[in-house]
Amino acid sequence: MADAKVIPFDDDRSRARRRPSRADGEAAAVRALPGAQQGPPGPEEAAEGLPGADAAAGGGGGGGGGGASGAEAASGAEAGSGVDAGAGARAGGWERRLAGGLAFLRRRITGEYEVDEFGYDEELTDQVLMSLLRPLYEKYFRVEVKGIENIPDKGGALIVANHSGTLPLDGLMMQVAVHDRHPAGRHLRLLAADLVFVLPVVNDLARKAGHTLACAEDAERLLRSGEIVGVMPEGFKGIGKPFSERYKLQRFGRGGFVSTALRAGVPIVPCSIVGAEEIYPMIGNAKTLARVLGVPYVPITPTFPWLGPLGALPLPTKWTIQFGEPIATDGYAPEAAEDPMLMFNLTDQVREQIQHTLYKLLVQRRSVFF
Amino acid sequence: MGRVVLVTGAARHLGGRFVRRIQRDPEVERVVAVDAVDPAHQLGAAEFVRADIRRPAIAKVLAEHEVDTVVHMDVTGTALGAGGRTSVKETNVIGTMQLLGACQKSPRIKRLVIKSSTSVYGSAPRDPAVFTETTPAKSLPSGGFAKDAVEVEGYVRGFARRRPDVAVCVLRFANILGPRVDSPLAEYLSLPVMPTVLGYDPRLQFVHEDDVIDVLRLAAHEPRRATLNSGTFNIAGDGVLLLSQCARRLGRPTVPVLLPAVTWVGTALRTVGITDFAPEQIRLLTHGRVVSTVQMREVLGFSPRFTTAETFADFAGSRGPGLLPPEMLAGAVDRLAGRLAPVTTDTTDPLHHGA
Repeated sequence: MADAKVIPFDDDRSRARRRPSRADGEAAAVRALPGAQQGPPGPEEAAEGLPGADAAAGGGGGGGGGGASGAEAASGAEAGSGVDAGAGARAGGWERRLAGGLAFLRRRITGEYEVDEFGYDEELTDQVLMSLLRPLYEKYFRVEVKGIENIPDKGGALIVANHSGTLPLDGLMMQVAVHDRHPAGRHLRLLAADLVFVLPVVNDLARKAGHTLACAEDAERLLRSGEIVGVMPEGFKGIGKPFSERYKLQRFGRGGFVSTALRAGVPIVPCSIVGAEEIYPMIGNAKTLARVLGVPYVPITPTFPWLGPLGALPLPTKWTIQFGEPIATDGYAPEAAEDPMLMFNLTDQVREQIQHTLYKLLVQRRSVFF
Repeated sequence: MGRVVLVTGAARHLGGRFVRRIQRDPEVERVVAVDAVDPAHQLGAAEFVRADIRRPAIAKVLAEHEVDTVVHMDVTGTALGAGGRTSVKETNVIGTMQLLGACQKSPRIKRLVIKSSTSVYGSAPRDPAVFTETTPAKSLPSGGFAKDAVEVEGYVRGFARRRPDVAVCVLRFANILGPRVDSPLAEYLSLPVMPTVLGYDPRLQFVHEDDVIDVLRLAAHEPRRATLNSGTFNIAGDGVLLLSQCARRLGRPTVPVLLPAVTWVGTALRTVGITDFAPEQIRLLTHGRVVSTVQMREVLGFSPRFTTAETFADFAGSRGPGLLPPEMLAGAVDRLAGRLAPVTTDTTDPLHHGA
């Protein structure tokens, strides 16, 4: 009965959201176009690059679109004198973008940028790493995001998601989703397995993208400083499960995430990701090789390792990321974090909510690829 | 009646500076500077006693001069002058044991300050990102200075248990940098081309030598109102720098080397004697280390004057330009900007060049 009530409502909401979301997508595409490597300089960027440009960029800057659209809006409002001004604005936008890119390059090569104590490099993440992931997010997996308003505009929150897909692409897509779609432009700080921080290059990029080790100390520190923290409590059990067990949630660790959220007094936002399970259908696990390499599993899929590097290409499935209703934790007394029964109950509640949403999304899904 | 402060390790740069500074404090009546070798620098009005803290003679010094405050700064990573790693380790560990034994016998001792290091936390990928004073190290340092520091702290804890009437303050310093500091890390940062570990970009924290002197003074005196200066505190400047940022700010090119190769090169260089590049330094330059300074601010009541970035800028300014000075690179980018879009520099309004 409750389900019957919920599904049409959910349908309504998704239909209502679909139209603006497409517009958003276009805006994002415009933003992604100019120089994926150098990063798309927004109006603020250009203002920093050339002194005095803020007067021109300021008019259209609020829209949050690309530098080009901002400049066009500004020149349209100021001059309104037909084609010449329009062409000039376009040229100006292009130059501003170039100047912004060069200002960015200048800051990078002279080392004049900031990182936080976790090694999070916000500028690099915004300008480069997100631009590299965005094509995958928009064009390849065509991620549809629902319920982004369940993430608070300010203050900490713990997003708990299911984990799947052999490689942790689901976490990265969730990060892009929060970064691009949240109205307050919040950043997701993911908690990653210790294996990530052992591997060279991977640990470097992970730290710069704002990820940190999945341990209670780091999570609590981030939550207390008001960050949005993403965690996938299934860990390797979830990401490395065989294809036959897809969308069956594994055990949620020891429920440490609940006590961390409780101690920090932040809400828990359950998140269900559909589509990631099918990107690498894992039909086997080379356990001996895994043990030799010191990794938790070595996947065998219909294409990997048979097709070599080509087999490492994920299947282009259609994804849906649904953020659910937040579960408040500020009503509990501080000592509640020490109560194992309450922890198990809350863990189960979160797990059940994610599992139900997964089933609901699977019923709604037309096909794996569309 | 003023107080008598005994400072060990006075022949070193930091020890000498501390001796010169603390004798100007009004609460201090006399300063006794101790080291095994004669200092190359002036110690002002302080009385220099040439004594080896590894020998029981140190107890006599304590008694003769009626010392009531001991500042133990002779826990260091590098040998002063001749003498290899063995003598450094002996001075660190045996010296501390002797000194603490002498302190335990002396009824006058009221206060003990130990200069330790954040290297006691080790440096491992499985550690939390930020260490607090209570974080247990996931992998204890296996050797070198870090292990000495762990052992020294162990003896100090034992001493604090046996003499609860003595206020014991352990200061764990992050990497100390300054215009005149001579440490393995400063040496590394002065290399014309810096070898780095491929695929790792460690987070580093620095503390300025001026702040080191200030916080040691704070710990050696009576606590100020609403602060407590006994216990263990992390001391570091605010903020974090990545090694890649450091290299760019210094203008020194880096050569990424595979981790096993770095270890070999380090061992080879150490054997030849070019640099004292200990394994724990390599671990630091692989995984980095960041400590929380909340206790330092809230309990000890100390706020450093230099942030990590300012400390580093001060250090970089004293070292002369590298092969790729940041100003030159910035100038090159500016010239490129001028060449690619000559109009960019003078058009702040897109309408001016509309046609």
